[in-house]
Amino acid sequence: MSYYFVIISPADTPLFELTFGTSKAGGDGVPRFRNGETARYMNQFIVHAALDVVEEVQWLSPNMWLKVIDNYAPTNSHISCFLTGTNVRFMLLHQPSAITTASAGSRSSTISSTSIPQNPTSPQTEEAIRQFMNEVFELWVKTLMNPFYTIGKPIKSPVFRQRVVGAGRKWL
Amino acid sequence: MASGQKAARVGEEVWKTRVEKVNAELVTLTYGTIVAQLCTDYDYDYAQVNQQLDKMGYNIGMRLIEDFLAKSNIGRCGNFRDTAEMISKVGFKIFLNVTPTVTNWTADNKQFSLLFDENPLADFVELPDDGRAQDELWFSNILCGVLRGALEMVQMSIEARFVSDVLRGNDVTEMRVTLLRYIEDEMPPDDD
Repeated sequence: MSYYFVIISPADTPLFELTFGTSKAGGDGVPRFRNGETARYMNQFIVHAALDVVEEVQWLSPNMWLKVIDNYAPTNSHISCFLTGTNVRFMLLHQPSAITTASAGSRSSTISSTSIPQNPTSPQTEEAIRQFMNEVFELWVKTLMNPFYTIGKPIKSPVFRQRVVGAGRKWL
Repeated sequence: MASGQKAARVGEEVWKTRVEKVNAELVTLTYGTIVAQLCTDYDYDYAQVNQQLDKMGYNIGMRLIEDFLAKSNIGRCGNFRDTAEMISKVGFKIFLNVTPTVTNWTADNKQFSLLFDENPLADFVELPDDGRAQDELWFSNILCGVLRGALEMVQMSIEARFVSDVLRGNDVTEMRVTLLRYIEDEMPPDDD
């Protein structure tokens, strides 16, 4: 599975971006998106489109954790969202690696596997992403409490980045 | 050391019975905001910021010592070593609920270090990533001023400065305190 994680401010500006690959089941943590070179802007584009869905879904549930809210079939990408109290959105695009689907030939066989690196919609994956989001949320609150961080500005702290990478490695 | 134990007891008791508590995050955020504001006001001239923090601390210390003496009800310290114990185990204890370790005495008993295991002022803080703050800003410099102001009011002229800070990536937060002299009663110059 490859991941693209982005934090989006209430004014729809990205504050923090990270791409990484799975570290579970012998994964090396390197992202391998199916759309290759175009992934960098395509992922942004897909997630940006998903923001509209967030605006619809966020009123239907009292939870901050909104689970998978959108998907983009051409690259088999799924987008999960976590909403903070001030309408900051943590968006995670997750995309199972191309090799498994290519060899399996169909999506049904991918879904039969429940392991986190393979199946983007299994309960295990959902739980792992929820844990990841919660951990990032905690880190995020700590970052906000830093007097030298200005609300609404991109997060440049290397410590924050390093810890988010750590959370990704731990859960995803 | 006997005086150290006594100081610890006094500090603990005063902390428990005679001190009003306030939410730690309120203190952390208030202080952090002050420092961040000073940084913008002085255009990230960190030497100036350090100096201003020290000055603010000095003004606090001059008043705080009265409150400290009233609450702790302790007498005069016999020597500078006692003073150090009092600062750590009573002063820091009742106002910040930390007890920095007193260590690294010089042979003449005039210079020691305070090692801070925890620093409530600096929770959540990450210094600005501009390549200079790590080398120039002493985030908690107000504490130096507080000590200087407080001790000056009880006839001790000291110099206090930070020599390392975990915020800068150092292993410990260390403040160096030097006794310059005891201030004798001095007549104003033009007094008869």
